Amino acid sequence: MIMEATIVSYCKIKNNTVWVNGEKINIDNNSVDFSAFLVNLYRQMNLNYPKFFKMDNLCKLGILAAEMVIQNNSKSENFEKDKVAIFLANNSSSIETDRNHIKTIVNKNDYFPSPAVFVYTLPNIIIGEIAIKHKFTGENAFFVSETFDANFMHTYASIALQSRHTTDAVCGWINVDGNEYEAFMYYIEKKNLNKAGNGLNTHHTAEMIYKLYN
Amino acid sequence: MSNLIETLKAQIIEQLNLAELKPEDIDPNAPLFGDGLGLDSIDALELIVLLEKHHGIKIQDPKDAKAIFASLQSMADYIIANKK
Amino acid sequence: MSTKVYITGMGIISAIGDSVEETLQSLSDSKTGIGKINYLETFHKDTFVVGEVKHSNNELIEIAGIGNYNRTTLLGYIAAREALKKASINDIKEARTGFVSATTIAGMCTTELLYKDFLEGRNNTNFIDSHFCGVSTNDIAKHLGIIDYVTTISTACSSAANAIMLGARLIKNNILDRVVVGGVDPLSKFTLNGFNTLMILDKEWCKPFDENRKGLNLGEGAAYLVLESEKLVKEKNKNILAQLLGYGNANDAYHQTASSPEGHGALLAMQNAFKVAGIHPDAIDYINAHGTGTPNNDSSEGIAMQTLFNNNVPKFSSTKAFTGHTLAAAAAIEAVISILAIRNSMIFPCLNRSTQMSDLTITPVNTLEKNIPVNYVLSNSFGFGGNCSSLIFSKN
Repeated sequence: MIMEATIVSYCKIKNNTVWVNGEKINIDNNSVDFSAFLVNLYRQMNLNYPKFFKMDNLCKLGILAAEMVIQNNSKSENFEKDKVAIFLANNSSSIETDRNHIKTIVNKNDYFPSPAVFVYTLPNIIIGEIAIKHKFTGENAFFVSETFDANFMHTYASIALQSRHTTDAVCGWINVDGNEYEAFMYYIEKKNLNKAGNGLNTHHTAEMIYKLYN
Repeated sequence: MSNLIETLKAQIIEQLNLAELKPEDIDPNAPLFGDGLGLDSIDALELIVLLEKHHGIKIQDPKDAKAIFASLQSMADYIIANKK
Repeated sequence: MSTKVYITGMGIISAIGDSVEETLQSLSDSKTGIGKINYLETFHKDTFVVGEVKHSNNELIEIAGIGNYNRTTLLGYIAAREALKKASINDIKEARTGFVSATTIAGMCTTELLYKDFLEGRNNTNFIDSHFCGVSTNDIAKHLGIIDYVTTISTACSSAANAIMLGARLIKNNILDRVVVGGVDPLSKFTLNGFNTLMILDKEWCKPFDENRKGLNLGEGAAYLVLESEKLVKEKNKNILAQLLGYGNANDAYHQTASSPEGHGALLAMQNAFKVAGIHPDAIDYINAHGTGTPNNDSSEGIAMQTLFNNNVPKFSSTKAFTGHTLAAAAAIEAVISILAIRNSMIFPCLNRSTQMSDLTITPVNTLEKNIPVNYVLSNSFGFGGNCSSLIFSKN
């Protein structure tokens, strides 16, 4: 049985529009600002995860995109959660929350830095949030680059998937800078393509990742 | 006292981003942590900031926080006892 | 896949010295670099002790000699330049060479100095451009002349371990022959204030693995290793400092900042590193623990070590009481210290501690141990976001 790295789902969220596996999702009310859009999408998905409201916008976006690729795929039911890796990248790191944190320490007379804000001044917290929600304890890494580099992400995930302790990976690009934002996430599973079943099943190649991204 | 409890409810909901919660959902005597509102260690630190920002009370040692934040009622008692 | 990955050079700058030699001297003398704040502009100046690199920005500009850059780029360049020099590399282009660097602060150290001006309309876009994490990496790589492969990793306090791990994999998969790996983080108001809100800073010297530990001391610095493939090492007949034998990474999946009480992620990371290394845990002579000195970390990490080694834990210590916690640079700084332990048959002590932790049965090394054969070292690094990494170094 040949196990091949297969992309089993992908999701794009940009300009208050959501695509899952290439199909546009109807959003009840999307002519709102980014923060309100995230809350609308959360409610529409019936996630019932109150911790969502404590997160910064980068993590909210990440949690929603991850949910899309985890809920909407044809992957096998049986998998070990300690073998699911998460690899993400972006350009702006945690800039939105960095700005909010700086605001609270810049003025000596109005000095109330918030611990709940500070914890989000690291971009990889988004990986932690996804890991906590889904109990994924596999390998993870967060990269910072100018633009989404499909070759790089493909190489990194491929190397990790060679190892026995990684069978699945959530990968993508997730960037928030003010009202400008973009999420692109995809789920990779090592599976037997001859018995692939229904749904999206496409080879994990850099070309395919570029195609899905654009 | 009941005014202070109501004020605290509103402040906690705002400071801790408990968007799904209404003031009447919080029982003043129920535990804030663990099974009660399900708050965590970061929330405890946020409550310390809340006390300083809105009530001018500074807690130096996070270990003291456990008893003070046992419930909304204990928090109110602490504020009244320490208000300058 | 089976090629070995060797360390042929290393460079370091931190509170305990500007070079590998100075670092070894301070470690051998049990001399900490943590003290009163001298260089960082903050109104907490007299409140906290930190591990500062003992140079102003202007002095660092002078030492680096590459022009006017922020503290991140300067520290990173100085350490990476030393690593290449120690590896006797004169011609970068003779082999496929990469640069993988970790940081969490990047340009924040300068941004915060200029933020008020910026708000008041005195724009200084030159520095705002360098805020982003990738810029300092690219500037360092440019001055080192590395162009084949350059990337930035940001996974909080385990960042540099993940940079080292990525470098090893790039060599094992025949994508590169040689990679300069490590990390850099300068001190900043941003982190000092942030860690203060989390109430995990000790106002006095930190006491890792002590029952009465109160928290960590922040530090700053940079360290890099030169990793080279077995083939290149043989071709060039290179001098070997150590081998990078194993690496593992896992997520604790427990809390954004706190570690799980039983150290689940730490245990998984160590187990994965042993699988890659192909050695039994009994082989380890010394563990350089993450050991930040926070109540949570030391308890969680200690329990994970007791579980993995089945209560037969090798000699271990945390060297953070020397350097302070250098965040994204920590794993690289501790990799250099681990290799110094191997090369000099020494085990460096856990400073400032006196009382046994009640929830652990194990006790760290408290005083310098000399003439101890150190063939295998395990080094742990854990970060916010649940990111846990372990590295294993061997003598040959």
